[in-house]
Amino acid sequence: MKLRANLIIGGALFALAILVGVLAPWLAHTDPVMDANLLNAEEPPSWTWWFGTDDQGRDIYSRVVYGARISLTVGIVSQLINSVIGVALGLSAGYWGGWWDDVVNALTNVMLAIPSLIFALAIMAVLGPGLTSLLIALGLTNWSFTCRIARASALSLRSQGYVQAATVLGYGDLRIMITQLLPNMLGPIVVIGTLGMGSAVLSEAALSFLGLGVRPPFPSWGSMLSDARDQITTAPWLSVFPGLAIFLTVLGLNLLGDGLRDILDPQSRSRRT
Amino acid sequence: MTGAPLIEVEDLRIDLDDGSRRVAAAEGISFRIDRGETFGLVGESGCGKSITALALIGLLRQPLSIGSGVIRFDGREIQHLSATAQRNLRGNRIAMIFQEPMTALNPVSPVGRQIAEMFVLHKGKSWREANQLAVEALASVRVPAPERRVKDYPHQLSGGMRQRVMIAIALACGPDLLIADEPTTALDVTVQAEIIELMRNLCAERGTAILMISHDLGLVANVCRRVAVMYAGRIVEERGSADIFRAPSHPYTQGLVDSLPRLGSRAALGRNRLKEIAGVVPAITNFPDGCRFNPRCANATDICRSVVPTADFLEAGGLVRCHHHA
Ligand SMILES: Nc1ncnc2c1ncn2[C@@H]1O[C@H](COP(=O)(O)OP(=O)(O)O)[C@@H](O)[C@H]1O
Ligand code: SF4
Ligand SMILES: [Mg+2]
Repeated sequence: MKLRANLIIGGALFALAILVGVLAPWLAHTDPVMDANLLNAEEPPSWTWWFGTDDQGRDIYSRVVYGARISLTVGIVSQLINSVIGVALGLSAGYWGGWWDDVVNALTNVMLAIPSLIFALAIMAVLGPGLTSLLIALGLTNWSFTCRIARASALSLRSQGYVQAATVLGYGDLRIMITQLLPNMLGPIVVIGTLGMGSAVLSEAALSFLGLGVRPPFPSWGSMLSDARDQITTAPWLSVFPGLAIFLTVLGLNLLGDGLRDILDPQSRSRRT
Repeated sequence: MTGAPLIEVEDLRIDLDDGSRRVAAAEGISFRIDRGETFGLVGESGCGKSITALALIGLLRQPLSIGSGVIRFDGREIQHLSATAQRNLRGNRIAMIFQEPMTALNPVSPVGRQIAEMFVLHKGKSWREANQLAVEALASVRVPAPERRVKDYPHQLSGGMRQRVMIAIALACGPDLLIADEPTTALDVTVQAEIIELMRNLCAERGTAILMISHDLGLVANVCRRVAVMYAGRIVEERGSADIFRAPSHPYTQGLVDSLPRLGSRAALGRNRLKEIAGVVPAITNFPDGCRFNPRCANATDICRSVVPTADFLEAGGLVRCHHHA
């Protein structure tokens, strides 16, 4: 059971973050945007204001709770886009080989050579700030690991007896890729996807911190950090709580990814037994 | 078209492209199989049996390819069919089962689903109907409690059960021809006999022709009406299976027969070691001139080392390629 601690803690943290996001309207004390009241500006944490208030008197607790929605949406959706792109390219490249494999390899090398955050920054600069741009920018720039793994898996799986048998039984290429190859490589893909979600949450924070993310006044954890920059000494709670939310979510996703790897990756499984 | 053969192979040559040149991995391969007939292809490992089977279903891939010759299935030349048309034949009208029942099933998919997929793929059935048909297919290969077994994953089944599942998959669409490439080599001897019996009965019931491939002449002769013996990429003898035991004509066939344990013989009683054919099958790039069996043949003379023997048709039916055949 000790081995599964990462799985349980990670899963619990991630589930908590999702729950908070989904139940935000019921959990929040005030409206995160509208309920500004300068009379309550910069209150430190207390029984009334759990996480304190900002310079416009908005409840930080409520904003952190609502912020989960944006941060998790960006994390999950952008990583899904990455996973789909990575699997589609890597799987087909590994299975078909030939010139298509060369093209995909070249593309992957380019993606690996450019730091994905820099690439995302460039895309954001073209698209302008906003949630949709964030999803596109982060969704298009972090598929190279998934692609690598999918390609390597497809390469080794395509010589498996059941893949050859499927060919002999008249399966088309697409059917072979979807029914024979994909299910057999899902383990590592899910692990990478989970870890990727964590890094997407961080990237969202970074881009929002730079003012390229979700537009104020809507709260995302990154934009809250960005707003809190000037008051870091005078009102530290403004940065501590969104920072903590990012930290716990990313920690949870990383633990979850590790835990999934332990149970899904046959190599690490056999190493333990 | 009742009189026409189901499959007809004429002077097939399979090329191996090793980067710099093309060599023939198999050549002069000719045979025909009628509807519902049982035909065997025998020879030691590496003689070119499997690549011949792959050629029949249009699945030779680089570095192997069809160099020349004609393969006609049901009157149509396979090489001239589109890729889609070839694919529609595979699994539907020509099915194949392999040696490795351990690896020929997808480990992450329930066996029922893998059977059902054949009906969806080739017969346009809905998944609902297909799942029902899969239970029936599993019952037909005598798997007990098929309605429960369809939900099992391959690792939950024994080797024999898995091979039964493979047979169910192969016969699902009612193919005209079943190619069985060493179907029982990986199984226990007792299970082997059951599987062979099952395959033979099912095919006989449904009028499915069998092309049985094995290194085991005894097994093939037991199942098949006619047998072709292959050596180093050529067919050296083709006979009725009863004849081939009684009076093997080619020295290589003779060697195969002598290496079989026979009931009641001294070899079977353990007093004599079984006679193995000395030497090994030459590599494709290293085929000897003349008769390719000459380095291993006790009867070889000068002509064997320079001239390729042509087919001699035997009075009792069948043919042999040897300068000094019996
Ligand atoms: N993909 C391949 N590439 C190169 N050589 C091959 C390939 N497949 C088979 N061969 C060669 O072709 C010959 C015949 O192989 P095969 O048909 O598998 O023999 P068997 O009679 O045992 O089934 C062997 O010498 C083998 O090494
Ligand atoms: S042709 Fe000569 S070498 Fe070949 S099998 Fe006959 S006797 Fe032997
Ligand atoms: Mg073989």
